Amino acid sequence: MSEQGLDPKTKRILTPLLRTGLGFYIALIILVGLFLLANYAWSVQLDKGLAVTGLNDRVSWGIYISVFIYFIGISYGGTCVSAILRLTGAEWRRPITRLAETSTVAALLVAAIMPMFDLGHPEKILDVVFYGRIESPLVWDFISVGTYLAASMLFFYLALIPDLAILDRVLPKRVRIRRTLYRVFKMRWEATPAQVRKLERALMAITIIIIPIAVSAHTVLSWMFGMTTRAGWHSSIFGPYFVAGALFSGIGIVVIAMAVVRWAQHLEDVITDFHFRRMADILLVFGLAYLYMTLSEYLTMTFQPSDDEKILVGLLTSGPLAPYFWISTLGLVLAVALLAIPRTRTVAGITMAALVVNVALLIKRFIIVVPSMQVPLIPGDAVATYSPTWVEWALIGGSFAAFGLIFLVASKLVPMVSIWEVSEGDKAHAKDAPAAPEARTPSPEAVASVSVVVATEGRS
Amino acid sequence: MDERISTDASNGNEGEPTDPQRRRFIKGVGIAAATGVISLTAGQLLAEGAARASQGLDGKEDARLQYAMVIDLAKCDGCKKCTKACQKEHFLAEDQEWIKVYKVDDGISGEYNLPRPCMMCANPPCRNVCPTGATFVNSDGLTLINHDKCIGCRFCLAACPYSARTFTWKEPEHTPEELAHTYSPEMPLPHRRGVAEKCMFCVHRRKEGKLPACVEGCPMGAIYFGDAAENAVTNSKGQTLPLRETLADNAAYRLRDHLGTGPSVFYLPQRGRRA
Ligand code: SF4
Ligand code: SF4
Repeated sequence: MSEQGLDPKTKRILTPLLRTGLGFYIALIILVGLFLLANYAWSVQLDKGLAVTGLNDRVSWGIYISVFIYFIGISYGGTCVSAILRLTGAEWRRPITRLAETSTVAALLVAAIMPMFDLGHPEKILDVVFYGRIESPLVWDFISVGTYLAASMLFFYLALIPDLAILDRVLPKRVRIRRTLYRVFKMRWEATPAQVRKLERALMAITIIIIPIAVSAHTVLSWMFGMTTRAGWHSSIFGPYFVAGALFSGIGIVVIAMAVVRWAQHLEDVITDFHFRRMADILLVFGLAYLYMTLSEYLTMTFQPSDDEKILVGLLTSGPLAPYFWISTLGLVLAVALLAIPRTRTVAGITMAALVVNVALLIKRFIIVVPSMQVPLIPGDAVATYSPTWVEWALIGGSFAAFGLIFLVASKLVPMVSIWEVSEGDKAHAKDAPAAPEARTPSPEAVASVSVVVATEGRS
Repeated sequence: MDERISTDASNGNEGEPTDPQRRRFIKGVGIAAATGVISLTAGQLLAEGAARASQGLDGKEDARLQYAMVIDLAKCDGCKKCTKACQKEHFLAEDQEWIKVYKVDDGISGEYNLPRPCMMCANPPCRNVCPTGATFVNSDGLTLINHDKCIGCRFCLAACPYSARTFTWKEPEHTPEELAHTYSPEMPLPHRRGVAEKCMFCVHRRKEGKLPACVEGCPMGAIYFGDAAENAVTNSKGQTLPLRETLADNAAYRLRDHLGTGPSVFYLPQRGRRA
């Protein structure tokens, strides 16, 4: 068996599975380096205790929790693209579903580990299951994130089965280990109409199930703050506010992943400008929703006569952390502008906006967690301070590295564009006018890379 | 060829309800996911129920009040001897202040000192959020921590509206005397790293008929402690006051009373300040 008979587009999608460029190794080395540094930092923390962080009795949650929220948030990109767009029958989603689902799984795998950094006794984490008090929002969080992770992995896997069968069929013999994996995991997939029907049904079922699960995961997380009495946390819009932010940053991450994969794997004719513009539309909607909620959140807070709220607003707008607040808020406005102004709605502009959104929302999570804990609760108490240490930064760096590594490894194991979903889409539209015309002409680099693959494979 | 995905029906079993295994698998996962959602909803209901059960609106929560602490702000001179007595009693590090004395100048009532122990809330937010039940309310209505169960998530530190909790960030410095203790939530020694701690109204001293260490350590006699059912509170000078009358006559107040936490600690304003 070989790749003979495959159309050039599919060949290009498969190229990265067979050929590994220098860029991959450079990225791998950097990410592994960051990951190892984080491991070292964690070993220091396990040895010396949380005293090696900048946390203290007053600001007892810091960047670990902030970035944890961020990672749960970016998992929403995959859910939106794969579930919501599938449900609404948006056909254009097909080439980006795999990317989106990968980012969901990667984000949730990282997010599942992150709370461990923050625990005084990480070895006792399973006590939350064994001794869990269902009244505690943290237990809700555990249940919902766990369910969400399981559901997204299942989603990712189900949608992968037909591609595994294709890989098993077309990849050359020399990739023996991977082919064995593909054969095992394709689970006797023969693409019979009955199987196809069942898969479609299963995908639809999980699509419907995963949306409320995803919404619950972030809502419940927001309630870990909302259920306390602190200024800035005890807010009834926290659930939707977190969810809107999650969609905004999560879709942004998918856009960034699209840009990277399109560039690294020469898939300009598969992931087209059209896809970027569609994603920009969605980003814009959630961006505006987020700005609206931000306004209502802080404006109501500003009008509160209570001391706590006054101190908090003061801290946010002119305290030591005020630069972060302003960078984050203005960043969100800038991103919305980039997405709205026709001149900047190019691939570069949209990717830039997605980056800005993610930086802004990452900071925003910090601005939500920390300043509310700085507010003094007892008369005569001072504003608390917190500055993260290198251990915390290293662990955060390692988390991002882990996210990148999962992507990197995934890009070598499975096609980053779902071959079967795209071809199903092509078939469905064959009768209609040809889709975006530019989608038909492969770029010169792409053609070149295919010939290299074909030449390489010819030899083996 | 990728077309084969949907056209390769070569084994001719189309239409048959094939692969029961897979179907069962998918169904199972569906059920698991649904269970997650359902248990979430149930959790919420439970939490509401729990909160309602332990709340009791104004006035009623005093029915749960068993021990009461009354702090006469007019008498407190801010010497922090209560803090030191507590630290000595519980072998605490210097930066760990279970009863902390704040200097207050609110611009209206003039300067005064405010000692803040754990409020022993009737409806303690710290207990309500604790994921493992490490924080619990004992039969005397006191909020205590079982450190065998504490995972060190610090949700309770985030939830306590009185900054009453501390966390053991590093390995505590042990003394032979401290290590000699057998652990119990009422006297949680030896100290451990990575858990939440706080004032516990010296339950262990109560058993010996002694006043809490801070009460006894206050040279001004500013802190009174007693059993609400007996309607009497006593200070280090042996002065005993009738609880209800003292609270009523001196415009006693509680910190952040509007939150509905139902603190067991009452403050007498520093009006007509003596000392
Ligand atoms: S004062 Fe804080 S630690 Fe003490 S019972 Fe109330 S909420 Fe819990
Ligand atoms: S730190 Fe310990 S006592 Fe506090 S909420 Fe977490 S498990 Fe409960």
